[in-house]
Amino acid sequence: MTKIVTHYNRRSFIKVSAAAGGGMLIGFSWLNGCKSNTTEPEVGVAVPKEWFEINGYIKIGDTGMVTIYSPNPEIGQNVRTSMPMIVAEELDVPWENVVVEQAPLNTGWYQNQFAGGSLSIRLSWNALRMAGATGRRMLMEAAAKEWELKVSDLTASEGVIKEINGERTVTYGEIASKAVGIEVPKEVELKGIKDFKLIGTSIKNVDGKKIVTGEPLFGLDFHRDGMQLAMIQHPPAFGMTVKDFNEAEIKSMPGVKDAFIVDTTVEEPGGFDEKGFKQLIAIVGESTWQLMQAKKALKANWETTGELESSDMHVKRLEKALVSGEVLESRRDGNPEAAFKKAAKIIERTYSAPFIAHNTLEPMNFFANVTEDSAELIGPTQTPEALEGSVAKLLNLPLENVTVNMTRIGGGFGRRLYVHFGVEAAAISKKIGGPVKLIYSREDDMTQGTYRPTYRSVYKAGLDENNNLIAFTVKGAGLPEGPVFPNRFPAGAVENYSAEKIKAPTNVTTGAWRAPRSNFTAGAEQAFLDEVAEAAGKDPIDFRLELFDRAIKDPVGEKHEYEPERYAGVLKLVKEKANWGAPKPNVHRGVAAYFCHSTYVAEVFDMIMKNGQPIVEKVWCAVDCGIVVNRDAAKNMIQGGVIDGIGHSMYSQLTFENGAPKQMNFDKYQLIRHSQAPKEIEVFFVENEIDPTGLGEPGLPPAIGALANALYKATGQRHYHQPFVTEKQVVG
Amino acid sequence: MANFNLKINGKTQQLEVDPTTPILWVLRDHLKLVGTKYGCGISQCGACTIHLGDNAVRSCQLPVSSVGNQEITTIEGLSEHGDHPVQQAWLEEDVYQCGYCQAGQIMNASAFLKKNPNPTDEEIEGAMNGNICRCGTYIRIKKAIKTAANSKTV
Ligand code: FES
Ligand code: FES
Repeated sequence: MTKIVTHYNRRSFIKVSAAAGGGMLIGFSWLNGCKSNTTEPEVGVAVPKEWFEINGYIKIGDTGMVTIYSPNPEIGQNVRTSMPMIVAEELDVPWENVVVEQAPLNTGWYQNQFAGGSLSIRLSWNALRMAGATGRRMLMEAAAKEWELKVSDLTASEGVIKEINGERTVTYGEIASKAVGIEVPKEVELKGIKDFKLIGTSIKNVDGKKIVTGEPLFGLDFHRDGMQLAMIQHPPAFGMTVKDFNEAEIKSMPGVKDAFIVDTTVEEPGGFDEKGFKQLIAIVGESTWQLMQAKKALKANWETTGELESSDMHVKRLEKALVSGEVLESRRDGNPEAAFKKAAKIIERTYSAPFIAHNTLEPMNFFANVTEDSAELIGPTQTPEALEGSVAKLLNLPLENVTVNMTRIGGGFGRRLYVHFGVEAAAISKKIGGPVKLIYSREDDMTQGTYRPTYRSVYKAGLDENNNLIAFTVKGAGLPEGPVFPNRFPAGAVENYSAEKIKAPTNVTTGAWRAPRSNFTAGAEQAFLDEVAEAAGKDPIDFRLELFDRAIKDPVGEKHEYEPERYAGVLKLVKEKANWGAPKPNVHRGVAAYFCHSTYVAEVFDMIMKNGQPIVEKVWCAVDCGIVVNRDAAKNMIQGGVIDGIGHSMYSQLTFENGAPKQMNFDKYQLIRHSQAPKEIEVFFVENEIDPTGLGEPGLPPAIGALANALYKATGQRHYHQPFVTEKQVVG
Repeated sequence: MANFNLKINGKTQQLEVDPTTPILWVLRDHLKLVGTKYGCGISQCGACTIHLGDNAVRSCQLPVSSVGNQEITTIEGLSEHGDHPVQQAWLEEDVYQCGYCQAGQIMNASAFLKKNPNPTDEEIEGAMNGNICRCGTYIRIKKAIKTAANSKTV
């Protein structure tokens, strides 16, 4: 039995009080890193500032209904369903009796919310289990006290406490008020993984009904009486700033209340303050359409203050960086140069990918209401604390006078880690002295920056006369950061190995984009290994398994950042499920596997050619993400990741001319559509008892490799440069 | 500015607005019916899909002055209790991730199924191709459309 502490030093993670209307209210720190059987936080994990803050609540009403108030906003990863499932599992209540509520806005109940992400389940797993288990334990203690028995004389299951050697039963609802007086236990016992009843099943999204009926859930839907609307215009190119504009003319347009330039520069910007442009033209009015017309009528003078970059320039910079750029991180095992001299075969290939935008379907937006001494912000953000800090700095307000509340988020993919749109809303609100909702047009959103960097990597492999891989090197450059993880696979599996991560400058702003760097590296590396396996005359899966075998039995070098057994495990599972090795007429197969965000995923793609176009008919995914919390929702995430990976590597790109992206909306920027998506994606999970890990990101990276490898089989051509569709062999 | 009487979700709504204003912004800004979403403004993403009579249309490119007497239906008016067969199928298949595109997907799918109650996969793809789902829920959308088609009550 695993025990978990409810205290850190002398402070409790749990607070219990009587619930309004009867019953018991358990407050707890939803996001913390408390570990089983230890009073110390995990070494190397910074104790978050919110460590002791109560931001999640469980209400056990005297009717037996359990309300779980989740501080997590929903970004599309279904955390508002899967996290309460964990609480309900340990509390042991039937899901039909559970209601999940979002923090009501502006109650002051919730502080330091943290948005979902591949990290959130990992961080919250123990906290959520502890809270549920504590509630169950306290209810049992209250019943034991009532009946003058010991807790060990009772069982609690499905919301009912029973006497083991007797007839008495009491529901959680009936005993809840009495449990309020019980002291919070210092440690509680968690359920055995085998005893899970809810975790591992499929529970439907708790917000489904609201979504299908169009309820106002998103930031863009937020309304407060008396608020104005605002839109911005940023300079048309990176390397430009705004000087002035036809202010009088714009202000006289119908529906326009005000127009001005805002400066959102903050001193000592934090990590999430990245943004394309600090000075912007803001136009304020009552209706979005009128603001859009005013934007069209803008005549601004822009000043060129930096270099106006082009895509050609970007390619040249990356090529140069690969020769002589600054190396940020590296690893070296053995002597690759000497090994290449001895090699019977050498394969060297270059891979690249363009800048891409996040393009969340809900464009950036935020509500702000700034007064003399306070600021209130409401909208779609993944990093409320960073936004709070940034706004406090910009407005020179004490941190506690800035509140941030979160709405449902219409897609994140990393984009809403960055806080500039909230800061801009605050700057505009301050200028007009009233509440305002800032709305980006699609064009504003797509041309603002914070892109996935553009990358270029060179891979080189040497095979000996027996077709063993004796040397492997990778050099990867990016604007501004190289896409190389020196200690990931195949580090540890090749005798002579080197990896170099190289940076190069740009004034185009970039940011985290779903599975940062892995979203390129996986595709390049897995396509390259496919080619090396072919040169070695080996089956691509067997070839990889041989490498994992080496990493298991006799790992090369100091450390590598993956578990080769689990890596091999997903490959074997996908091999079995996809019936790999059994040829099917006119079906072209590709395989890839990758590890990121603590999760292992292997994928097999079946491709057919239809009217000269490659179509992905079917995909098999094998996933090792530890314990699966909500099975069908987990499948949904993996399926989405696969489709996202295919879409962006096949179709999407931003190209630059004179500092400006040439694609500004979905007419030129191609996103994957219904007819281009695979017809079927099957997802299989490795069953184990490891704490759950990320699901939002790991499905995407291997999809690019499996796609490239299937494309080769289908077209006879290798694809090295994304988006693949622009490589003529696909189009032709 | 001009006066319009619009028939929306079975009610007549009177408003004074710039006649070039697309129905999308009339709904969202003037009538506070925000279930209809803005995604691109140029007829490329389908997030703003509504019904004009029996047809699915892009409200971001539909000036209020062009609507006249035609009946407008938005996601809020698709069914009284959120139980239109297409909505039920969406719940059944647990389609959504972020959910932002889904009102548009549902409005397009429901108009399509009315005209073609037994579509093939290819017909579904053809009809739905204008609706982007950035989260990639396409397979589930297609499955939900088939579930709704099979429920025979469309
Ligand atoms: S907003 Fe109308 S189609 Fe995109
Ligand atoms: S569910 Fe997010 S865009 Fe479709």
